[in-house]
Amino acid sequence: MTEKSFPSPYDQKPSDAAAGWKDLYAYNLVFQENRREVEEAKFWFCDSQHWPTVTKPFETIGFEFAVSCLGQYNSRHLLIPPANGIEFRIHNGYVFMSPVGVPESEIAARVPQFMQRAGHYFQNWETLLEQWQGKIRGTIDELNELSFEALPDAVPVEDVLSGKGTGPNNELLGNFDKLISLTYRAWQYHFEFLNLGYVAYLDFFTFCKEVFPGIPDQAVAKMVQGVDMELFRPDDELKKLAKLAVELGLADHFGDTENPDATLAAIAAHANGSAWLAAWAEAQDPWFNFTVGNGFYAHDKYWMDHLELPLGYIKDYIVRVQTGHNIDRPVEELVAERDRITEEYSELLSPEQLEAFQGKLGLARQVYPYVENHNFYIEHWTMGVFWRKARQLSKMLHEQGFWPEANDMFYLRRDEVRETLFDYVTGWGVGAPAIGPDYWPAEVARRRIIVDALSTERPQPALNTPPAVITEPFTLMLWGITSDQIKNWLGESDAPEGEFRGMAASSGVAEGPARVISSSDQLSEVQDGEILVAPVTAPSWGPIFGKIRATVTDIGGMMSHAAIVCREYGMPAVTGTGTASAQIQTGQWLRVDGNNGTVTIVEDHEHDLTLAPAAANQLDTALASAHLEDSHA
Amino acid sequence: MTHAPFIQFFDDDVAPAHDLLGGKCASLVALTKAGMPVPPGFAITTAAYDAFIHDAGIEADIHALLKDLDPNDIVEVDRVSAQLRSEITSRPVPPELHAITLAAYESLQSRFDSPVPVAVRSSATAEDLPDASFAGQQDTYLWLLGVKDVTEHIRACWASLYTSRAIIYRLKNNIPNEGLSMAVAVQKMVNARVAGVAITMDPTNGDRSKIVMEAAYGLGELVVSGQVTPDNITVDKVMLMVVKRQIGDKHAELVPDLESKSLVELEVPPERRDRLCISDAEITAIAAIAKKAEKHFKCPQDIEWALDRDLPDGENLLLLQSRPETVFSSTASGSIPVTSAGFGIESITKSLMSQAGKA
Repeated sequence: MTEKSFPSPYDQKPSDAAAGWKDLYAYNLVFQENRREVEEAKFWFCDSQHWPTVTKPFETIGFEFAVSCLGQYNSRHLLIPPANGIEFRIHNGYVFMSPVGVPESEIAARVPQFMQRAGHYFQNWETLLEQWQGKIRGTIDELNELSFEALPDAVPVEDVLSGKGTGPNNELLGNFDKLISLTYRAWQYHFEFLNLGYVAYLDFFTFCKEVFPGIPDQAVAKMVQGVDMELFRPDDELKKLAKLAVELGLADHFGDTENPDATLAAIAAHANGSAWLAAWAEAQDPWFNFTVGNGFYAHDKYWMDHLELPLGYIKDYIVRVQTGHNIDRPVEELVAERDRITEEYSELLSPEQLEAFQGKLGLARQVYPYVENHNFYIEHWTMGVFWRKARQLSKMLHEQGFWPEANDMFYLRRDEVRETLFDYVTGWGVGAPAIGPDYWPAEVARRRIIVDALSTERPQPALNTPPAVITEPFTLMLWGITSDQIKNWLGESDAPEGEFRGMAASSGVAEGPARVISSSDQLSEVQDGEILVAPVTAPSWGPIFGKIRATVTDIGGMMSHAAIVCREYGMPAVTGTGTASAQIQTGQWLRVDGNNGTVTIVEDHEHDLTLAPAAANQLDTALASAHLEDSHA
Repeated sequence: MTHAPFIQFFDDDVAPAHDLLGGKCASLVALTKAGMPVPPGFAITTAAYDAFIHDAGIEADIHALLKDLDPNDIVEVDRVSAQLRSEITSRPVPPELHAITLAAYESLQSRFDSPVPVAVRSSATAEDLPDASFAGQQDTYLWLLGVKDVTEHIRACWASLYTSRAIIYRLKNNIPNEGLSMAVAVQKMVNARVAGVAITMDPTNGDRSKIVMEAAYGLGELVVSGQVTPDNITVDKVMLMVVKRQIGDKHAELVPDLESKSLVELEVPPERRDRLCISDAEITAIAAIAKKAEKHFKCPQDIEWALDRDLPDGENLLLLQSRPETVFSSTASGSIPVTSAGFGIESITKSLMSQAGKA
């Protein structure tokens, strides 16, 4: 029997319109022609969980920093015995990854070093984490201080009189270098604790799988998972503001939240307005450093730059409060459920096993909040500042004539941005026009066509021949790339027509009409009682989780954001279905079984309605409206 | 003279007395008291059996025949067994007992709009019969209609105390014949669309965090007696999530035939064999009820269940039996060998190494 494989990247050409796409990216990021043999020997999976759409040249910074820092912590800081980092390439605009193992002969030698290094962190977790908070906030402060202003016609006279001796061009170049290096630093901090969080989790996970063979992954996740985490604070703040608006009699002023200035002005004019605005201002720092994207794209919208987003969510929450809904996350129920599950498993163990179980669980619970909370500090807060500063630079150079649109800088690689800045300061220095305005507009136009052409095609889920078994712990946990998942991608799944199988990521069963969305810009289309179907979701989609009944994603494992958020909201989720978002259409009636990891398109949806308790109260309305639609059809 | 009651309905507000009810009826009474969906019925107590034997005047005969019987003389045992069973089944039931039984039967029937068939099953007190707790060893008569049929089979159950196998078992285990008795359960027959068993642990490895169920079409007798290969489903007991499902062949089903008013074994067509015979929601409901039984009796249980086609969804799951799981319950999950013991950096390192070792 021949092994089934994914295509080789060398046999996959994009459309003619995308010809020359490799030049958009640095040489080390693409599959080079003369390395065919080396590259084809590796198995690559597409990370569409973090990079669901084509990355523009500048945006490669996201995976270059994130994935190289992940690797750095495995291979150089902690010396995790069996795992080095993860190689990455960009192929036809999409990001592919390949885990790097440690040669068998070197594993043993890393053990004592790992135990010393990682052991120190586990022993001093709280102190080191407090120190981490200071480091990351300091880095964000430094990033915030950066600015990218156009160079003045003349050096300020004070600088001349004070004998400063350098011009603002020096600061401009320096600020760009700082922007890059501070962000690189933040990404190292990102992984300082994360990998340790995963290995502690993995230890508990392995134990549970051993004493309770076949225990659902979700059971382990539910026992470890915290409920009161900083990642959920932004959404919680909006809920508080919504309730406050109702209390203060301001609910009517949220009619046109698309216009934040007018909305806020109307509130200010109200007698109780100042109390609400004080709370609003208080919530923003830092909790509005929150994106509806995932932090890896220049176009990701952050709440604090787009106040219509939080205002719109508050408006939705106000309606729910006024119609008598409880908008709070079911925190008490989640805690009670977590305790029940933990207790029921505990009761089945022998005394020695119980000791190990409690010890491992204790450690996993201690380290787990970081696994969630870092996301707010890095992807949301740090990257929010990073992209804001980068957009400021792009806009400044656009105003200097370098490119036609404010955000066109993202079509340049970051090394090209540095070259361009040198061009700019050189032109400024010599008093002759820079070259860029004559070079970049045409080049940016060419690249825009290529990026658009690449964007019309979906990536392969993987490349080359998969290994017989996937064992790399991070690949399994974070990306949910299991041997079964690969089978699914290869079309070897035995799922019947109209059924999708994925990971049972959050328990419960729900039915409802599908809403397929592929980007955060479509979030406003989501209606009450629908089932969200998306290639991938971001944690910041929280506010719409009050409306939906279940979530289905193409990508992601037990620890993916969709999975975590759904468990947090007590709603069924099936993740890592592979292709559900491409095959399901908005409006189709779905049954999502988060206990068994199946999603079914229900043709005749009046039958077999077994719903999760959380979703049950929404059933009647949704059914009524569905019938209404039927009768109109 | 007062005597212990001859009849006890499963839902009478009387504590289950094992001596009076035998294992099976005591369990049905306990399950009913615990709020489990047990089909209604009543027990004919050991007191009724005792009265029958006393009235029939065959006590002395029984002891005489069994005295000095050699358990290895199969021919002689068979002869004695046949004679004893014939004595029991040929004697008339005392009028008082007969009247009480008839009243109970009619009281049961009065709960339904039209006459319902019943099952009659023996309910032995623990040590009297071999493998008393083992499924399928006790006498069971299904789909009986009419009181005459019922009373006849009650005596057949009583007679089953003296099968050759039972006699030999008692002789070899030095269990005296004095005080031997038998209760009988008369219970509304389930019209099973699907039925089966569930055990609140994984019998293959003693894992107590699982519920393993078997299910096939029709009445559960074919599953219990091993005549069909059922679907086999493993559920996590804590999460009530399915962790493994295996489709069995389920080639035959035992279903009532309305014309002949009896049970018939039919062949199951291929399209019904190739899929699981129960839905995910039904699996969860069965697991939940098994878990509830285990919690109530405070030890692993082995249950028999059925989905009644005459009842609406959500109310159609019935519990027919729950007994302590006797084969594996001595082994706790604690007996599963574990390589990832301990906690902290050492066990974390070991876990990482074992992941790598799977390649």
